[in-house]
Amino acid sequence: MTLLRPDLDLIAANVAPGSRALDVGCGDGALMAALRDHRQCDARGMELDPHNVAECVARGLSVIQGDADTDLADYPDAGFDYAILSQTLQTTKRPDQVLDELLRIGRRAFVSFPNFAHWKVRASLLWNGRMPVTRLLPVAWYETPNIHHVTVRDFRELVAAKGLRVEGEWFLSGDAQIGAAAATWRAEHAVFLLSR
Amino acid sequence: MATAALNIASQALDLTQPLSLDGGQRLDGVRVAYETYGRLNPDRSNAIMIFHALTGDQCVASPHPITGKPGWWLRMVGPGKPIDTDRFFVICANVLGGCYGSTGPASLAPDGQPYAMRFPVITIRDMVRAQVAVLDALGIAQLHAVVGGSMGGMQALSFAANWPERARSVLILASTARHSAQNIAFHEVGRQAIMADPKWNGGDYYAAGKGPEAGLAVARMAAHITYLSEEGMHEKFGRKLQDRSAKTFGFDADFQVESYLRHQGLSFTDRFDANSYLYITRAMDYFDLAEEHGGKLADAFAGSTARFCLVSFDTDWLYPTAESRTIAHALNAAGAPVSFVELSAPFGHDSFLLDVPALDRVIAGFLGR
Repeated sequence: MTLLRPDLDLIAANVAPGSRALDVGCGDGALMAALRDHRQCDARGMELDPHNVAECVARGLSVIQGDADTDLADYPDAGFDYAILSQTLQTTKRPDQVLDELLRIGRRAFVSFPNFAHWKVRASLLWNGRMPVTRLLPVAWYETPNIHHVTVRDFRELVAAKGLRVEGEWFLSGDAQIGAAAATWRAEHAVFLLSR
Repeated sequence: MATAALNIASQALDLTQPLSLDGGQRLDGVRVAYETYGRLNPDRSNAIMIFHALTGDQCVASPHPITGKPGWWLRMVGPGKPIDTDRFFVICANVLGGCYGSTGPASLAPDGQPYAMRFPVITIRDMVRAQVAVLDALGIAQLHAVVGGSMGGMQALSFAANWPERARSVLILASTARHSAQNIAFHEVGRQAIMADPKWNGGDYYAAGKGPEAGLAVARMAAHITYLSEEGMHEKFGRKLQDRSAKTFGFDADFQVESYLRHQGLSFTDRFDANSYLYITRAMDYFDLAEEHGGKLADAFAGSTARFCLVSFDTDWLYPTAESRTIAHALNAAGAPVSFVELSAPFGHDSFLLDVPALDRVIAGFLGR
């Protein structure tokens, strides 16, 4: 699992072995393959890009082409132990509704996202007056798929407003895990484990 | 092809038991013609059954018995190809009701005369029943996979729903779980064209030597349009004229697309029996997998432990992506491991038969596991 992106690696390490997981926005299936091969999970995926879906199928993974904004409705209630949404929340039209769907389909949900209140983002806005282009947000404002930027504090607030439980939270700076204390400005990336 | 059933060089299985049909009848003396490729391994676990489409045949990767053209899926089936005959034992049988050696309306009834319209109306499930008999005869308890495009996909779905323990993987290309009103409508145009031809003669034309070729050709022309995309047709033909520099102000085939369709229609009559066309299109029209299972498609797959893969094509308007998506959702609801992808290809419904490299990767990857 060493080749996994750090946030995916964190998720894979915290998924219960032998569980059922739905990876929404599964990309080329790297996390699914890790869950299948190292955690003995029954992993399923949803992915928008047909090339990625074809790649997943060629890896023997079960992936359905679909859009997190519209196609999660087709999944039955509580069909999975986990619904996973990594680095996708900020690209959805209605992140709040997607969150509801994740916790309808899965008993728990892993959600990871780039923290828009990271100090580099703050600095870019404060000193340059420019929308930041960073390692995790590498695309200029006019062509970015990230239409709903979110900070750790924003996310916590939404989770609280929905009355959801935070079962775990992890923060990354670069590829290293950092504590929760200064996460609001030090974390480049956040991973939350939620339940109802 | 007005004469009675061809004697095809394929292997043939004569069923010893009558075949019980969905229509309530029992058909005696059924013969199923089939081809095989590759070798069955000692534990009989490497077999793949391919189901052919409406006007297809069992010659997946061998020359067509009438036209001599290469097998219809030669690009997909063979040594080292996505359906690799070095690894897999591939079986394809001519459907019940067909005209390539399996029992159909052109076959002789017990009274020594061709069945013609006395042949019972059959269903997709009846076709599959006859092919399951081939598996029984070959001693194959469980297939590595069933594979089918278009009507072949309907058979693969029917197989998965009704014989769930007999295939580990199910691959469905450009297909549907039920025929839509539009699908039925196009078929009805074709059938009426055949029946309106005086040479059809209520189906009794085998002795006359000439069948309803004009009607069958029109049926094929109408159907052929549905297999192509508008974009593909425009690119291939546009408004180009056929071997002339100006319109003739007549009803000759001025346009290339007319000439092409006329050729498709005429050449089809050399290789297909008009009554078979009636019976097979009827079977497709009757296909509604959910209806067979209490109206809920997910229930059709309740007993399944197989893996599924569905592929649609963005230019296919005959069995559009939404149809495959419906099947994928039902399989999801049934908890089956399912993959679905819509591939981009310019060839319309026929894309599953043509050069689409992404399809090769999906098929090889899915079957390779």
